[in-house]
Amino acid sequence: MSALPVERPHGAPAPQEPVLEIRNLSVDYGYDEPTHVLRQVSLTLHRGEVLGLAGESGCGKSTLAYAATRLLPPPGLITGGQVLFTDRDGTQRDVLALSDADLRASRWQDLAIVFQGAMNSLNPVHRIGRQIADAITAHRPGATKKEALEKAAELLDLVGINPDRARDFPHQLSGGMRQRVMIAMALALDPQVLIMDEPTTALDVVMQRQIVEQIADLRERLGFSVVFITHDVSLLIEIADRIAIMYAGEIVEDAAAQDVYRRPRHPYADGLLHSFPPLRGPRRELGGIPGSPPDMSRLPSGCPFRDRCAHAFDACAALQPELGPSAVAGDDPRRRVACHLHTPELVERAGFTPQPLPPSLSRT
Amino acid sequence: MAAELISTENAPVAGEATAPSGGKRRFLWMRNAKALTGLGILAFFVVIAVIGPWIAPYDPDERSSDLLKPPSWEHWMGTTHLGQDVMSQVILGTRSVLLIAFVAGFLATFVGIVVGITAGYVGGFGDEGLSALSNVFLVIPQLPLIIIIAGMLPSAGGLTVAVVIAITGWAWGARVLRAQTLSLRKRDFVEAARANGEKTWRLILAEILPNLTAMIAAGFVGTVSFAVLSQITLSFIGITPTDTWNWGTVLYWAQAQLALQRGAWWWYMFPGLCIALVGISLTLINFGIDEFVNPRLRSTGLNARLLRRRGIRPRIGFTPVVHEAKEDRA
Amino acid sequence: MRFFVRRFVFYVITFWAAMTINFFIPRIMPGDPVSALIAANQGKISPDAIDALKALFGLDENTTLWQQYVAYWTHLFHFDLGISFSGREPVVDILARSLPWTIGLVGIATIISFTIGTLAGVAIGWRRGTRADVLLPISTFFSTVPYFWLALVVIAFFAVRLKWFPASGSYDRSMVPNLSWEFVGSVLYYGTLPALTIIVTSVSGWILGMRNMMVTVSSDDYVTVAQAKGLSERSVMFGYAARNAILPQLSSFALSLGFIVGGTLVMETVFSYQGIGYQLLKATSAKDYPLMQGCFLVITLAVLFANVIADLAYGVLDPRTRQEG
Repeated sequence: MSALPVERPHGAPAPQEPVLEIRNLSVDYGYDEPTHVLRQVSLTLHRGEVLGLAGESGCGKSTLAYAATRLLPPPGLITGGQVLFTDRDGTQRDVLALSDADLRASRWQDLAIVFQGAMNSLNPVHRIGRQIADAITAHRPGATKKEALEKAAELLDLVGINPDRARDFPHQLSGGMRQRVMIAMALALDPQVLIMDEPTTALDVVMQRQIVEQIADLRERLGFSVVFITHDVSLLIEIADRIAIMYAGEIVEDAAAQDVYRRPRHPYADGLLHSFPPLRGPRRELGGIPGSPPDMSRLPSGCPFRDRCAHAFDACAALQPELGPSAVAGDDPRRRVACHLHTPELVERAGFTPQPLPPSLSRT
Repeated sequence: MAAELISTENAPVAGEATAPSGGKRRFLWMRNAKALTGLGILAFFVVIAVIGPWIAPYDPDERSSDLLKPPSWEHWMGTTHLGQDVMSQVILGTRSVLLIAFVAGFLATFVGIVVGITAGYVGGFGDEGLSALSNVFLVIPQLPLIIIIAGMLPSAGGLTVAVVIAITGWAWGARVLRAQTLSLRKRDFVEAARANGEKTWRLILAEILPNLTAMIAAGFVGTVSFAVLSQITLSFIGITPTDTWNWGTVLYWAQAQLALQRGAWWWYMFPGLCIALVGISLTLINFGIDEFVNPRLRSTGLNARLLRRRGIRPRIGFTPVVHEAKEDRA
Repeated sequence: MRFFVRRFVFYVITFWAAMTINFFIPRIMPGDPVSALIAANQGKISPDAIDALKALFGLDENTTLWQQYVAYWTHLFHFDLGISFSGREPVVDILARSLPWTIGLVGIATIISFTIGTLAGVAIGWRRGTRADVLLPISTFFSTVPYFWLALVVIAFFAVRLKWFPASGSYDRSMVPNLSWEFVGSVLYYGTLPALTIIVTSVSGWILGMRNMMVTVSSDDYVTVAQAKGLSERSVMFGYAARNAILPQLSSFALSLGFIVGGTLVMETVFSYQGIGYQLLKATSAKDYPLMQGCFLVITLAVLFANVIADLAYGVLDPRTRQEG
């Protein structure tokens, strides 16, 4: 794969119906004086697409994924919102409204998570075949242990691991193999949505490439939709159809991958994309973003990014930006940006002077 | 004691359990109710140990005509078969118990520090040898060894007992400290200091020791606990001379004079309660240290209370959902 | 495999060390214990016994330390542990009689205590903030009192006051030991109070340890993964959390055996339960040195053996130990 991303024509028509809709999800950390780590986040995953979720460490991307299926460890607390899952036959259910028993029954079948294949993600005392199979026996009461283990062997084969290794223990596998086992485990019940939490972060570049290709191959075969969480935006540009960028617990830009790459509309996205050098092409001065991510327990008023933004103005301190359409004519109408530079009427109504879009944010 | 064994063994390396630094750290420790209660009880007994001879109402050896009487206004804890005042015996016994326990604790902890840190720092054969040594002492049953040694000594009073206890009890601390030193040694700041040419002993004193304080404290408390039990046991069996008063000695006489069968419950209840109280205080202090070292333990109690107040039932694997956020955005 | 070999070598070394300590203890005692003993016993000791004593204490001028050491080990391997003064019979016989009682009592009580404690710890550690949490301080209280004191209380209450159980002895004296149900029943009846004492005092350690481990393990990633897979609560609690939390518990179980044995020794005296502890303490008061040494040897061996079993169990339960290199 070339290092210079190209506009890839997608084989399938642009995906339309949503399969997973997160609406206004709010999450707190801590029960006494809680930190609001997610503030009314909305995100939609369409059937058949790869949605990349990017951001710095601590911005809340993993929190978003885990909260969507109520897997947040204590002291996490979900304080509002809905997570609507649309089944293949069109029925919709709110994951957050399910009872504990129903949620347990539906887990892994509709939505599965591929955890980071670290040493600790696999139970050290069970063989890996068994760990894949127990998901099957838990949800399909009719399946015998033998059948489940056979399916596990098939899955291992699917991800490129010799099925004979099903009797191995986790400590006998390399990092790359453990990651593949996590993927195989996630596919055990043929889910419709796969959430991948930093699947390549702990791996070397060569292994990263292999895993990514494996995922692409599996997607073609099995047709699931993917939410791909990572801090590596450059990776997303290659594999994702759409990218959502998070900052301080909010989504600040949500657009098609190529749009985000070539034509970012949010100052943070712009800064992020100019923070890594291209492998080829003319040498370019590295940008970077001054300052550091905010302390979530002490967020500034208004826009959380304004302290580090080169284009901040007075409205930014007073009003909180919301996700809305971009102000650049000719942009894809489905694009979303959370920035006051794109909402001049709102700014004016609030009594501030709207600022024009700088050229870096209005490229075409 | 098994509890203390486990918790210090599995606490994460000091660096991982980064408690807030500096002043805030001390504050956190102070706020721990368990540790404070434990310290309070222990302080009470220390005070008694110090002022014992002045506040004891009677001379413990003094006989009277009130033979085997239950607690009354004259004798708050009753009397023995010879009319001696049990409370005076208990009060005076405190000093000997605590003194020997603390001396044993210091000695054992000191040896443990020396052996443990050396083994962890030096590595290689020195480590293997010292580890083997501490493991041997760890496995050999301690009380029988103490009994054998003390039993063969011509006289086993006071500080000799403390030394014997220390000889048998240093190994646990050594092992824990060795493990910690081993992992600390690989840390960057130690390597940096070594690269700078810092002398070994200064390195240990300045860089490694401060990170081990919690472990050392826990080990010390554990050893003191063990020492209290051991010497009381020794007195109870009659190995240590029965002229110095000690809670175990009181129990020895109670047993010898068939206090049970005579229904003289006060004779053995009160010393027993004192032993239990000291034991509890030390355990509480250790809990406090545990929670300080292992932050995962710290939050559980606190969280549970808060959740119950809000009516949320905590359940692993199911994040609670409450709809309290501001109105949803349009 | 290497794990087992290493542990085996370690236990051999420990055995050697314990025996050597046993050898040296009488020799480094100050004073002349032999004369003191003879004087105390008013010449009731036979000349053979006096010679044996001298050999024991290394006061035999005809042999060197090394020769004595070799002789010591030779005797050991011939199961010749000397003659007891107070019992006037070979030490080995006394030990052979008493050992089964102690092993039976301590063994069974410890296993019950470990099982109850671990299960309770799993339950409390998994569902935190429940009413069951009150078990923790209660059991902790019981763990801080010396075994023998609790024995006194238990006897005073159950045996003297309520008369439900006998206050002393290991079995009904009117019976001759045999393998009939009657006898076994009597043994169980007499053993109930001592066993109860052991269980109550030691269970808190297990509960607390297991609870702490469950708390630590519950925040490990693989437990979250198990929950994400939608496995039943039972599977996650036992198969994922408890199964991993029990590993350090086993290690500390092995280590605490020495402590448990120590506590039971004295308790046997309180109950006049004729196990090794009872013999040891009787021997200590009577300054019966050969018997004292014999008891120490047997106790140490028993603890070592139990450690070996615990280590084996650990090796079986934790597949990481089978990693080569």
